[in-house]
Amino acid sequence: MPPIIQVEHLTRRFGDLTAVDDVSFDVAQGEVYGFLGPNGAGKSTTINILCTLLRPSSGSALVCGLDVAHSQNQVRQCIGLVFQDPSLDERMSAYENLEFHAMVYGIRRAERRHRLEEVLRMVGLWERHKDVVKRFSGGMRRRLEIARGLVHHPRILFLDEPTLGLDPQTRVRIWEHLHWLRREQGMTLFFTTHYMDEAEHADRIGVIDRGRLVALDSPDALKQSLGGDIIILRAADNAAAAREIDQLYHLTATRDGDSLSLEVSRGSELIPTLIRSLETTIHSITLRRPTLDDVFLRLTGKELRDEEASGMETMRAWARTRIRRGVGH
Amino acid sequence: MTAALRGIYAIWYREALRLRRDRLRLVGHLLSPLLFLLVFGVGLGRAIGSLTPGLDFISFLFPGIVGMSVLMIAFMSGISVVWEREMGFLKEVLVAPIPRASLVIGKTLGGATVALVQGIIMLVLSPLAGIELTPGVILRLVPLMLLVAVSIGGLGVLLASRMYSMEGFQVLMNILVMPMLFLSGVFFPVQNLPAWLGVIVRINPVTYGVDAIRQVMLGDAAPQLLMFGEPVSVTQDILAVTIFGTVIVALGIWSFSHQG
Repeated sequence: MPPIIQVEHLTRRFGDLTAVDDVSFDVAQGEVYGFLGPNGAGKSTTINILCTLLRPSSGSALVCGLDVAHSQNQVRQCIGLVFQDPSLDERMSAYENLEFHAMVYGIRRAERRHRLEEVLRMVGLWERHKDVVKRFSGGMRRRLEIARGLVHHPRILFLDEPTLGLDPQTRVRIWEHLHWLRREQGMTLFFTTHYMDEAEHADRIGVIDRGRLVALDSPDALKQSLGGDIIILRAADNAAAAREIDQLYHLTATRDGDSLSLEVSRGSELIPTLIRSLETTIHSITLRRPTLDDVFLRLTGKELRDEEASGMETMRAWARTRIRRGVGH
Repeated sequence: MTAALRGIYAIWYREALRLRRDRLRLVGHLLSPLLFLLVFGVGLGRAIGSLTPGLDFISFLFPGIVGMSVLMIAFMSGISVVWEREMGFLKEVLVAPIPRASLVIGKTLGGATVALVQGIIMLVLSPLAGIELTPGVILRLVPLMLLVAVSIGGLGVLLASRMYSMEGFQVLMNILVMPMLFLSGVFFPVQNLPAWLGVIVRINPVTYGVDAIRQVMLGDAAPQLLMFGEPVSVTQDILAVTIFGTVIVALGIWSFSHQG
């Protein structure tokens, strides 16, 4: 089966700024693909190009085998979208929101009712289909948006930060729905997230930084690439300890707050050796498996959820409640 | 159905649905024109008396107020695209497999439908203004009001295409909509105006819409709008509004298709 998304040498410039710089990757049919990157790294630009909202400056992107720059409407018919920001008409009922979608995507009247009931049941909102969206909680709205994205039976579902600002329980529930879709319908999922635990849901993760794709692999392989284990060590004199480690083992210890961190292949075996061999007094030593956060930090120099990200998040969450409360119009 | 047509229909349908949803809005929108009619019509009318023999000021004013209602509601409906952008819903429309033209035309027609319904309801007030409307007149008024509504609704959509927050809305009302209303012959006859004002009034497309509605409602009693010394006929009024509306809607489609 040919890949469902084929991106080749994709570049997008805004004036002097190159937001996406010669990016190439494929997404296989039925794959769950996580797209990670710090804010402003080119994530949204890439998604907007794949969803036909932006044109590439050069290079190409095929979605469902169709060129996004030339076959806009066919591509749109083939994909489902769940946006980062809310996009429901909250004065309308859940059913009416979906009905509008069905009309615009050309689903015949005779089939509409059946389709809408199907997707609404899938996300557990059929009992509330007559309710005005204004009365829905954040989690319900998200589920409704996912249902809406599925009405026209897309082959790929794009989800831009699908669980942003939702509580952990709701996030788990939404991922259950997404996995069900993938399992039962072979749906391809393309998502972005700021939550590390969510990135783990992906079959493969692409990491974009400053417009360039800097890594593309499975979560496990990415974690392996760091060298297997991470040893966190706090010594009486961290600088001296780092020097010793470099001399004895040719390992680079990086400063991490008031301790040192080491990426090593077999950490549990190295710990006793380290304790015996170092002359500097060791106060504490711990071993942990690398997380995607470590991978992300190594690749981009930023935390997956850095200051800026949480700042943006608060702002968005604020905007959402503001819109929900109906302030400002 | 082609993508363009089903897009227009879906967007129009949504407006119609909302109209049916809050019917109370129609009654609410009746209040301010009623106020205008009473305050200006009755209040000022006493001071002014008959404009021309047999034509009370309130009778003169009424067609203008009907035009004003249609215009305001059509404009508000058009400009509501900005609010949909703020709410986020617009994005759902922009990524749908329909051309941008569907959005512009659907939204314009939807707003025009709401405005037309309001205009028709307004006609109920005609006895207050001492105007008797025959079914024939009402039948001629409907397409006329629709035409005005489409061109002004289209103007709202056009402006909304480049507006990203509702903050500019009040400014727009003050620098564009209010002058268009006040300089159109809604409130006073446009005959015998100082030359500079006469020119502005004749450039204003709303003048022709209001003049057409007034001529149809009042018949021969309507004061004549003169252009280069010649009276303007209803047909010429319609032509002027149609040209304006066509240009505006075309610009709206262009503007929505060339962004991002």
